[in-house]
Amino acid sequence: MKLRFEVGGEDFSLAGRASSELKRALSRLGVGPELIRRASIAMYEGEINMAIHAGGGDIEAEIGEGRVVMVLRDEGPGIPDIGLAMTEGWSTAPDRYRELGFGAGMGLPNMKRNCDEFEIESAVGKGTTVRMVINI
Amino acid sequence: MTVRRIAEILEAKVSTGEDQLDLEVNAACGADLMSDVMAFVKEKVVLLTGLVNPQAIRTADLMDIRVVVFVRGKAPTDDIVDMARENGMVLLSTKYSMFLACGRLYESGLRGGGIRDIA
Ligand SMILES: Nc1ncnc2c1ncn2[C@@H]1O[C@H](COP(=O)(O)OP(=O)(O)OP(=O)(O)O)[C@@H](O)[C@H]1O
Ligand SMILES: [Mg+2]
Repeated sequence: MKLRFEVGGEDFSLAGRASSELKRALSRLGVGPELIRRASIAMYEGEINMAIHAGGGDIEAEIGEGRVVMVLRDEGPGIPDIGLAMTEGWSTAPDRYRELGFGAGMGLPNMKRNCDEFEIESAVGKGTTVRMVINI
Repeated sequence: MTVRRIAEILEAKVSTGEDQLDLEVNAACGADLMSDVMAFVKEKVVLLTGLVNPQAIRTADLMDIRVVVFVRGKAPTDDIVDMARENGMVLLSTKYSMFLACGRLYESGLRGGGIRDIA
């Protein structure tokens, strides 16, 4: 089963739709709550990052034989130093996002921790692609 | 500890979920940044937060958190209450600050729990 989503920039009312629908789809398939929680967290953090840092993007989630594959692609500003971005607590989120509850600098580490495979590719001025796999 | 007891200790107003006050929670987590909630909370807990917006409810829902307490006298708006009701959650509002609300619950025996080890 393939799910596709578009995430708008700055659009927080819609950010969260991909994770909610993924959660619903996985629970219909009888996947256990712990795996669903891990997949939803990874997806939600990714959605929010695209909305806040990249002006939106595209998501593809494929639920297949024993695994969920999530690919999040954006054409935002890119990440100059991925090692730094992966550090817990490191964030460039402007203060106005902190008032909305974002900017702890925990999103990418949360995504990585909750996935069995995590790859991030980014080019400054071109965009960022994150690929996450969770074995179910 | 039951949600009813938590509401008493915090002298909280119940915005929705009155029918679930007998629900038991074993631990609490206080945070205003949602990624902190997603980083540290593992098991079913009560979330205390000063963040009164739909993202707080969404995060709680993703984490299977059934009880949210808004601190510092903040009351949830109707859209937030509706969202919580649809998700079958309990929403409480307390006049106490984050520090005092957490302190009162801790003093009454509620602990952190459900927290991953920090390297
Ligand atoms: N898709 C992206 N495009 C451009 N920059 C990004 C993207 N995702 C993350 N970043 C950069 O990496 C940093 C760390 O991201 P991370 O998700 O860990 O934290 P955050 O989004 O700042 O805060 P939090 O996720 O805790 O709310 C961001 O502050 C931003 O600079
Ligand atoms: Mg983030």
